[in-house]
Amino acid sequence: MSTSITAPAHTMPRQHYLNSSHSIRSWLLTTDHKRIALLYLLSVTFFFAVGGIFATMIRIHLLSPSGFLVSPEMYNRLFTMHGVAMVFFFLIPSIPAVLGNFLVPMMIGAKDLAFPKLNLLSWYLYIIGGCFLLYSFFIGGLDTGWTFYTPLSSIYSNSAVTPAVLGIFINGFSSILTGLNFVVTVHTMRAPGMTWFRLPLFIWAHYATSIIFILGTPVIAITLLLVGLERMFHLGFFNPNLGGDPILFQHLFWFYSHPAVYIMILPAMGVISEIIPTFARKPIFGYSFIAGSSIAIAVIGFFVWAHHMFLTGESVYAALAFSLLSYLVAIPSAVKVFNWTSTLYKGSISYDTPMLYALGFIGLFLVGGLTGLFLACLGLDIHIHDTYFVIAHFHYIMVGGAVMGYVGGLHFWWPKITGKLYPEFLARIAAVVLFFGFNLTFFPQFILGYLGMPRRYHSYPPEYQVLNVMSTAGASILAVGYLLPMIYLLWSIKYGRVAGPNPWPATGLEWKTDSPPPTENFHVTPEVTWEPYDYENRPDLGLVAGVSPVAPAHGDD
Amino acid sequence: MQSQLPLLPEQASNFATSVDSLALFITAICLFFAVAITAAVIIFFFKFRRRQPSEVGTAIHGDMRLEAAWVVIPLILALTMFAWGAVVYVEYRHTPTDTLDIYVVGKQWMWKLQQPTGLKEINELHVPVGRDVKLILASEDVIHDFSIPAFRVKMDVVPGYYNTMWFRPTKPGRYHFFCQQYCGTNHAVMGGWVTVMEPADYAAWLSNSSGMNVNPLGVGEKLFAEKACNTCHQSDGKGQGPSLNGLYGSTVRLADGSTVKADDSYIRESILQPNAKIVAGYQPLMPTYQGQLTEEELVALIAYVKSLQAQPGARTASAVAPAPGKK
Repeated sequence: MSTSITAPAHTMPRQHYLNSSHSIRSWLLTTDHKRIALLYLLSVTFFFAVGGIFATMIRIHLLSPSGFLVSPEMYNRLFTMHGVAMVFFFLIPSIPAVLGNFLVPMMIGAKDLAFPKLNLLSWYLYIIGGCFLLYSFFIGGLDTGWTFYTPLSSIYSNSAVTPAVLGIFINGFSSILTGLNFVVTVHTMRAPGMTWFRLPLFIWAHYATSIIFILGTPVIAITLLLVGLERMFHLGFFNPNLGGDPILFQHLFWFYSHPAVYIMILPAMGVISEIIPTFARKPIFGYSFIAGSSIAIAVIGFFVWAHHMFLTGESVYAALAFSLLSYLVAIPSAVKVFNWTSTLYKGSISYDTPMLYALGFIGLFLVGGLTGLFLACLGLDIHIHDTYFVIAHFHYIMVGGAVMGYVGGLHFWWPKITGKLYPEFLARIAAVVLFFGFNLTFFPQFILGYLGMPRRYHSYPPEYQVLNVMSTAGASILAVGYLLPMIYLLWSIKYGRVAGPNPWPATGLEWKTDSPPPTENFHVTPEVTWEPYDYENRPDLGLVAGVSPVAPAHGDD
Repeated sequence: MQSQLPLLPEQASNFATSVDSLALFITAICLFFAVAITAAVIIFFFKFRRRQPSEVGTAIHGDMRLEAAWVVIPLILALTMFAWGAVVYVEYRHTPTDTLDIYVVGKQWMWKLQQPTGLKEINELHVPVGRDVKLILASEDVIHDFSIPAFRVKMDVVPGYYNTMWFRPTKPGRYHFFCQQYCGTNHAVMGGWVTVMEPADYAAWLSNSSGMNVNPLGVGEKLFAEKACNTCHQSDGKGQGPSLNGLYGSTVRLADGSTVKADDSYIRESILQPNAKIVAGYQPLMPTYQGQLTEEELVALIAYVKSLQAQPGARTASAVAPAPGKK
């Protein structure tokens, strides 16, 4: 909304983390969590672009039932590399390693993470792992599916599996170090007055995520290493002809990879829990329930893995137990949605871009979460398992949820990260385009799935064509929705209006310092004397009567 | 008839209507919540939109009664979905005793299906309408998955295991079956058609197709001699291994005191991993046949072992009963 308030003109701070030194070396050897966050931002954006190009090719290929772009071999490589690049090298690190890295110390009033050098090491491990993966892509690609099911991956596949699993193995240590760093930082480095129940919910979400990083990631790393060993040295872990058990792989794989879904969605929920109270200008409804539900999701999430395996011949009793637990893990997610919605009640709601992303997130996460109830249902899962219904479901969670949260969070904290405002009108258009493009892409896939169309098919029976064409049309809109922010956010770094320390205004500690912040984050150690998301007792925000209002947060008015 | 854009696949088995009702029930609950929350978001969005730039919302920190309500009500609904789903699932897993048994072997990238008469089909399956059919699934290489959307059935085909599934076709016609677990290059073309026929047509089809008929019993009997199984497993029980007469379907007492039902999986395991379950009173002497028999040879051997109960000299009179699925 444009306003008629005359904004006090802001100027960029003279010294900040971006201009404190300029050499390449000062970036590559930095231990500043903010600079490492930007290194991550560049690298995850690269893998997002790689995965996105593969996705575009998949959707174009599926326009016709016989597939008209690539060979079956190539198609299998495309969806595998799309999945591996997106899951392991974009979605998992995106919010924690970019926004989390930047914000965890700032939100709790610390100068840096507890182990700044480990933080830098974790970025290098990510890059080394990423190079292994790219090497695998270049020498012929990967065709096992991102799930690496044995014995296909360990014996039968002729593609470059070994470098890829080594890359994921190495990248796993990057996640573990990030998780370790966050846990120690939150425990030991909170500013005076920043009690556990004054922590922003973003911190609670990242704390829960870190638990999964630390406990889950070693399992996937070792499991994929075993696949590599079976491939290279014919050790019989998973190959039945060598006395191994292919189902054992699935247990180990999903023991991490189901909680990994929560690694992707919990930080996004944290972002939404920051955006909604800021743009409704009121405390979040049910703070302790939202915080507690993050922990509940992280804990219960470890006990649902075998719901991916209802059709492997799993015993009836195991299936019953895992179905029941899967329903239980849905409850804390539902609690969050109810609380976010209630926060809007009697708010002072603005239409700013981050809020559009947050509301879009609620809508898409709602569909993604509710369709999870179909898949957790034993009697239904048999019919829809491994169909496009599953594809639609997890894209609603991972793209509709995690990516909307990530892009929304980037918009929310962009003024803090760069000190500049992006063009608000264009940004709102992009948010709406993304929302509609996303739904057009993935909603038809629910119907395709119920009709029985199997996933990972390079060709399909002609009766499925209409819905596939709709999905591809949506994907092209979605691509525009992703390209727009990439362009105008870059543009804003040079040409955007100066944001000032707290453009929205928001209540977190990260907004109590310059934008962009100085290298040491705060000029003086902040002291917290207020409850989280409190707008009534915060005269410093400039919203209380008698105090002149702050600048509107828009770059184009 | 199917419309241009159907929302459901055809309903052609005993499971179809119960699965679709379950789906409808969950859809209704989900729609209710989706509509309610979306409506609330939209109404709040407009009703409480910011009117003054410095306006602040009303501080409301929470409400325990509301929190309790939206934990308990969704929990009850979720448990209802779980319970209904469990009931349907148990029906899936509770195979009737008198079934038409079809052996299905998946390999990259084709399906071989074998009727009880030994008639083999490739990527085609013919079954009579109204008869309970059991598929016994084996894989020669990687994990596959046998799925018939019109029947709402699906089961992974895992190397090293026998998985089974059952259904009762209710409507004559031709329906797709798919491989639904990604299995390599030509995964997408590893499918075929199920033809559901009237029982009379099915019987006629079976007898007309007898030219392709390879009797698995004969193959199995030959293998039993070739692999020298008969030197230890003598029909009079005097060999080093137990007699196999009357074995299939019986309850076997093991050396560790437990018992096991002698079904396809048990016999398969005893051939490939003989020491996994030792019959009470015998020594673990048998060598493994892992890697020496194809899945189809195993099927033939099991068919032969099954047939042994109809022969004279069976261990006990009670075991001389028709094998399940054979009339």
